[in-house]
Amino acid sequence: MIEIGLGHYLTLGAIIFVIGIIGIFLNRKNVIIILMSIELILLAVNINLVSFSVYSQNLVGQVFTMFILTVAAAEAAVGLAIIVIYYKNKGSIHVEHINSLKG
Amino acid sequence: MLAHTLLFYFFSTVAVFSSLMVILSRNTVYSVFFLILVFVSISILFIMIGAEFLGMVMLIVYVGAVAVLFLFVVMMLNVAEKKNQKIVNKGLINNISVGSIVGLIIFFELLVVIGGWKYKGDFVSLSSISINDELTNTHALGNVLYTDYIHLFQIAGMILLVAMIGAITLTFKKRENIKKQNYFDQIGRDKESAVSLVEVESGKGVKIDD
Repeated sequence: MIEIGLGHYLTLGAIIFVIGIIGIFLNRKNVIIILMSIELILLAVNINLVSFSVYSQNLVGQVFTMFILTVAAAEAAVGLAIIVIYYKNKGSIHVEHINSLKG
Repeated sequence: MLAHTLLFYFFSTVAVFSSLMVILSRNTVYSVFFLILVFVSISILFIMIGAEFLGMVMLIVYVGAVAVLFLFVVMMLNVAEKKNQKIVNKGLINNISVGSIVGLIIFFELLVVIGGWKYKGDFVSLSSISINDELTNTHALGNVLYTDYIHLFQIAGMILLVAMIGAITLTFKKRENIKKQNYFDQIGRDKESAVSLVEVESGKGVKIDD
């Protein structure tokens, strides 16, 4: 309990991952919260990669964390742009109202 | 070691609490602020564990760029939930139960994976690029990133470029009645089209406005 090991970091990553997933399900307000949940999930993945990288003394995990960061930034930019034009067209980004595709 | 333990528990508690607040808070602006808090505490954890460069990059990229982007969008769009115009939440209980079940299943699956970790092989032997203690973290990352992973690095740059172009084309709106520069027309002007000789009668001005 006193010694912080790999398991502690992995558990933290798992908890944040699950919070992100529950956030996607739970959300009834707007799409921005869903995007933030996706960011949380990617953050959990980053925690896992970095802790594995440090505890196994292997630098590759940190390199790939940088690429995940890149993809997360790109995803946030494109997702927010889509939200902005959706709001311009429909006037609302509530999840309940986004049903044009009848999915 | 004790300091590491205390700091780990403190910052991970802050991170878990604020990520809960991200998905639970009513106001979207508060969600963005709590998202910033999550990123800050996780990056402090990264710095503590020895990945300084990634911690700092995470601060710059997430707090400096992504969170500000979220804030801008929240500010631009009217997402405030009005009291009298509340969305009908008839499926909310259903969503909470389904979401919690899926979340719990995934959490226990992850715990099984973590718990089974003691049956691991010698995962240190999988190491291909081992961390050299004499170099700083940034130096070591740079050594690897610009040599072995240069193609992936450039592809990451291309991904950012494509995302930038995509975001601009998505939100670009052509506006009428606005004076713009047209480089080819401006450069392609010659003397015949630009200069004309006007006979001016004395006592009168010249109208050149068109």
